Amino acid sequence: MADITLNWLAKVYPGGVRALGGVDLTVRDGEFFALLGPSGCGKSTLLRTIAGLEAATGGSVHIGGRDVTALPPGDRGIAMVFQDYALFPHMTVTENIAYPLKIKKVGRAERTAKARETAEELGLGHLGERRPGQLSGGQQQRAALARAMACHPGVFLLDEPLSNLDARMRLEARTFLKKLQRELGVTTVFVTHDQAEALALADRVAVMEGGELRQVGTPTEVFRRPAGTFVASFIGSTPMNLLEARVTDGGRAVLVAGRELPVPEHAASLVAEGEKLVYGIRPEYLRWSDEAVGAALEGTVSVVENLGSAQLVTLECADGTTSVQVVVPEDHEPAVGTRGWAVPRGERALLYRDGSLVTAAPAPAAQVPA
Amino acid sequence: MSAPTAPRPADDHGPGRGPVGQLLRGVGAYLLVALALGFFALPMLWLAAAPFDRHPGVTASLPEFTLDSFRRLWHNPNAVDSLASSLVLAVGSAVLVVGLSALAAYALSRVRLRGRDGLLYALLLLSSIVTGTAAMVPIFLLAAELNLVDSYLGVILVLTGGLLPAAIFILKDFMDTTPRSYEESARVFGASPLRVMKDVVVPVVRPGLATVGVWTVAQVWGNFLIPFLLLRSPDKSPAAVVMYTFYTEGGQPDLALISTFSLLYSLPVVLMFLFVSRRYGFRFHGGIKA
Ligand SMILES: Nc1ncnc2c1ncn2[C@@H]1O[C@H](COP(=O)(O)OP(=O)(O)OP(=O)(O)O)[C@@H](O)[C@H]1O
Ligand SMILES: [Mg+2]
Repeated sequence: MADITLNWLAKVYPGGVRALGGVDLTVRDGEFFALLGPSGCGKSTLLRTIAGLEAATGGSVHIGGRDVTALPPGDRGIAMVFQDYALFPHMTVTENIAYPLKIKKVGRAERTAKARETAEELGLGHLGERRPGQLSGGQQQRAALARAMACHPGVFLLDEPLSNLDARMRLEARTFLKKLQRELGVTTVFVTHDQAEALALADRVAVMEGGELRQVGTPTEVFRRPAGTFVASFIGSTPMNLLEARVTDGGRAVLVAGRELPVPEHAASLVAEGEKLVYGIRPEYLRWSDEAVGAALEGTVSVVENLGSAQLVTLECADGTTSVQVVVPEDHEPAVGTRGWAVPRGERALLYRDGSLVTAAPAPAAQVPA
Repeated sequence: MSAPTAPRPADDHGPGRGPVGQLLRGVGAYLLVALALGFFALPMLWLAAAPFDRHPGVTASLPEFTLDSFRRLWHNPNAVDSLASSLVLAVGSAVLVVGLSALAAYALSRVRLRGRDGLLYALLLLSSIVTGTAAMVPIFLLAAELNLVDSYLGVILVLTGGLLPAAIFILKDFMDTTPRSYEESARVFGASPLRVMKDVVVPVVRPGLATVGVWTVAQVWGNFLIPFLLLRSPDKSPAAVVMYTFYTEGGQPDLALISTFSLLYSLPVVLMFLFVSRRYGFRFHGGIKA
């Protein structure tokens, strides 16, 4: 088992693409850590640099307290699962799982026994003699995990391990992966561009943009208190409402779309009268009301989207430029064209100055709402 | 194989397109196909029949059965030896070509190199000159300088040099379509580059290696010029060169010997092709068909 420490890690590809611009990060021993970000932000590059498949152009990588920056991948005590699983097509499942042991010069009988045992643990017992081409996507994924497990690495690196599965399989594999990681207790870094996956699986999440870390925190932290507007808009299955606001009432309220809303407690006394800010509130944290309410956003319903157990309602505010999304529970369905009010849960509202959060309070520790 | 002038559907009502016209068109189409097939099949029939014929001519006919020609060939001092030297040359070149082109193709496919494609095309273009008639004199002089005249090694090296560029070209195509993640995966487990090559790359591109191997053997087996040029002693001559000696003093071809020898000469290549294609199946990628 091992922790990972990255010091000012940088990667510039030949040709001048700056994929990582100085990443400082510590992944704790036994932690399930997610690298999250949009396509092209450098997640894979970061993972591959930790693995040693790409040479860092600056900074250092320590695994288990050992400086591995200059070591080849094989000497770093890691195992990696690739997005396409990279199971060798000419070997059976058992041979694939046994391959890392073969490299480590474990005898044939012993490594076959070990591979069978690992396959059994992952529910692949009856598939040992098949070729990867004869397995389903989910089975291939398990075979790839088994191969990574078989050599008892200190660190697992997974590059989008679930993205080749269909939606249903992905949920199943997600639960399976989380359980497996708990049982093995191996430090795991996994890459994903799916924020729901990251929130569901990880102990901590790093959100990346343009080769930089934008925020590192528990799923609850990045969901409830995004450190910046980029993270705020990236995390959450329905994007956060980010509205133009101006501070009024001597710093006690903000004016949003012509309505006065109270300044959240954690930002009180940090804002100045007349200052222009961004007011952020998740659709889940807005309460719907059919009747006029004091501190609420007001508008006309323009779109109603069904989320299954709730509706996502879009309100066009009276100023004509602002639109707000509200999650309305299933027992109430506002009709398009009717007036409505959206009441923010005061303690969940966030204020952003130049793209970063205005706050004095420490981050919350509780679980993310489902 | 289908005829290019297949019978049209019946709803076509032009003049002379009634049932009779249709029938005639069908007969015409099949006649054409039969003629074309016959054109290619006749030499094969001759090759199969003439060796067993007591009085072979240049026409294919039912043979007056005899194994005489085979007996005569067996006692010819060079015939059997020549098949052995053909084998040495073909296998030697195939081993060299497959081994070297695999390494080169792997490197060219994986390492980013400025002007890589230009280099490949230039090599490909030049290779046809190296083993061609144009370079006959320089090759002979070079071989003489290097003491490689009248040695198998000389012939093998020249043939290998000529075949390598095309082999690299074919194999690079196979290598390019092999996902890098296979190799990276093996590297993460601690495999050295040669180990990755042996355990992962070679097995994955095996059909490509088989293709190149078969192609090399066929090329060398049929090459006349280079061994004719470089091998001086008759007992070293390969089959393609020995074939040339089966003429009477008057310059008349000895049809019985030539046909028998041709049959023996072509059998190994046909057998090899059948074996390899059954074993590996030929796959071709990216529009390159060897
Ligand atoms: N081998 C390479 N050579 C040059 N540039 C590269 C190379 N690999 C990646 N890049 C560039 O580096 C940046 C980061 O790429 P990376 O693959 O790490 O993104 P990613 O976050 O994994 O994206 P995705 O979610 O699409 O996989 C991109 O701009 C990409 O174009
Ligand atoms: Mg990626």
